[in-house]
Amino acid sequence: MDKATLLDWYRQMVLVRRFEQRSAELYQLGKIGGFLHLYIGQEAVAVGSIGARRKQDHVITAYRDHAHALVVGTDPGALMAELLGKETGISKGRGGSMHMADVAHNYWGGYGIVGGHVPLGTGIALAEQYNGTDAVVLCYMGDGSTNIGYFHESLNLAGVWDLPVIYIVENNQYGMGTAVDRASAVPDISTKALAYGMEPKKVDGMNVIEVYEATRDAIAAIHDGKGPQFLDVITYRYEGHSMGDPLRYRTKEEVAKWREDDPIGVLERYILEKKIAGKETLEDIDQEVEKVIEQAVDFAEKSPFPALDTLFDNIYVEA
Amino acid sequence: MALITMRQAITDALREEMRRDETVFIMGEEVGVWGGSYAVTRGFYDEFGAKRVRDTPISEMAIGGVAVGAAMNGLRPVAEFMTINFAFLALDQLVNHAAKVHYMFGGQIKCPAVFRAPGGSGRQLGATHSHTPDVIFAHFPGLKVVSPGTPYDAKGLLKSAIRTEDPVLFIEHQALYQVRGEVPEGDYVVPIGKSDVKREGDDVTIVAYAQGLQVALEAAKQLAEEGIEAEVVDLRSLRPLDMGPVLDSFRKTFRAVVVEEGWRSYGIGAEVAARLQEEGFDFMDAPVKRVAQLETPLPYSRELEQAALINKDRVVAAVKEIV
Ligand SMILES: Cc1ncc(C[n+]2csc(CCOP(=O)(O)OP(=O)(O)O)c2C)c(N)n1
Ligand SMILES: [Mg+2]
Repeated sequence: MDKATLLDWYRQMVLVRRFEQRSAELYQLGKIGGFLHLYIGQEAVAVGSIGARRKQDHVITAYRDHAHALVVGTDPGALMAELLGKETGISKGRGGSMHMADVAHNYWGGYGIVGGHVPLGTGIALAEQYNGTDAVVLCYMGDGSTNIGYFHESLNLAGVWDLPVIYIVENNQYGMGTAVDRASAVPDISTKALAYGMEPKKVDGMNVIEVYEATRDAIAAIHDGKGPQFLDVITYRYEGHSMGDPLRYRTKEEVAKWREDDPIGVLERYILEKKIAGKETLEDIDQEVEKVIEQAVDFAEKSPFPALDTLFDNIYVEA
Repeated sequence: MALITMRQAITDALREEMRRDETVFIMGEEVGVWGGSYAVTRGFYDEFGAKRVRDTPISEMAIGGVAVGAAMNGLRPVAEFMTINFAFLALDQLVNHAAKVHYMFGGQIKCPAVFRAPGGSGRQLGATHSHTPDVIFAHFPGLKVVSPGTPYDAKGLLKSAIRTEDPVLFIEHQALYQVRGEVPEGDYVVPIGKSDVKREGDDVTIVAYAQGLQVALEAAKQLAEEGIEAEVVDLRSLRPLDMGPVLDSFRKTFRAVVVEEGWRSYGIGAEVAARLQEEGFDFMDAPVKRVAQLETPLPYSRELEQAALINKDRVVAAVKEIV
């Protein structure tokens, strides 16, 4: 990996983490309403995989969706404004935390129904195949989503139709408070791929380089005619499922153990040990990100709320 | 003009739209090699090929969601649910995605998908296969719901459904596939969200749609023999619901009967009656009557099933109660 890429990944991971930390603060202040699902701990997954995508490739995920938006290049100000319910938000304040999309960047959202977006990603892939392009879809989901009917129907259909889609399970060990082995009859989620003619692949989701390589290889496999791909990416969320999670289902020791493999820390050590860059460079990046976040918050705070007479806008394209 | 069946009208609309626009394609169970469970897409697989006439596994959740995703990304899918009874499995996609993506993402995403679903009762198919759940789908802003009662409307409405940028549920009545009607040669559309007066009369307004329209027209014929002239208004679209022609008629007749094949509770009749008292209270000379399916799961046995369903006699009786 070249230096510029590694430093950019570092920047993106710090950006995601700081964005999430700042939004948690704003939530505590009552400025953000509804549900807020943080991505802290999982940063290497979005950064590494989207790092492998080409411009024409699509991204779609569930409600833990801020990171993917930041990484595809959505303006952090528009994302923060969305969280604050502002007209300048990426979804004009209509979507909120769980429903952010940025179609200009091929980012299709942001969906609140567990597994419900998996056939959407599959359909987006169908449109690419139909049009004869080489674009693929990165369709993210949680470990919990692999137990819902949508998962099975979508993977089966993608297999039957040979669709250009990579199903990326962000296996953070829990669906809300239910551990994988309490919810899935096969605790090794990667094996579910076998039922749909895909190779089971497990990826270290705390290592951005490994996530990148696995995704790059998956895109290449699709182009080699190997059909839809499946990645079981092992990761962990440090914070609660959403704000206000009592965290009764796991121990502090378990969290501490995973924190030793912090994805930002792993990359930082790699950069320093390999002498790719020095501590000061990374600190400069941290400072830069800090500024970006503060600008985003400032923009969001100063933006107007949607005018009440726009309540009925965009129910239909053709009313 | 040619006298063709509603099935033919739907087939013609689909074929003409597929020839006109490369982005239109069909997906669903048994739509291709089989030719469609109700033979609507017979011959399509040979004409358009497997790419545009796509047989799916028995996966309603995926059919719903994949159609939405493909529509979001620029195609115009016409997804067929084998019958509307199986569309319940896809309700989540219709409600949470088809009806929401345009609004929820601030106008960035469009979903020009059509979902076709044959519905209706009276064929001794038993409780699971005999639903008329149209109102359930019509409850959600963001989705358009249409259900034609004549071959002319079927062809024109389906063309509009395929061409509109919004998601449309197109409900076909199984008992109407064989009904014949005049359909002009060539291209025309019937706009979505426009009710239509199918018979003029001054004594009472009968509001109906789909199979209920046929029942209402039969009843109107009998009433005419007895000297009562009914005006029959065909809703055609359940969402958006066009009350204009209904109110115009009501201001003339001062009395109304609503006919629907589904259950009465929370139904079309409930909605229309509420709107009439809200918007036409000064013209109301009698309670608005509702003729609907009796409130029971539908039984298999023929006579028993028929006893629960709407028919001409019940409409005539309802009219006579208020005229
Ligand atoms: C169909 C559906 N059922 C239940 C919920 C409530 N719910 C929201 S998130 C969640 C857990 C999902 O876990 P997972 O897929 O592992 O994703 P993660 O939150 O870990 O990222 C549940 C049960 C929902 N949103 N949708
Ligand atoms: Mg999880």
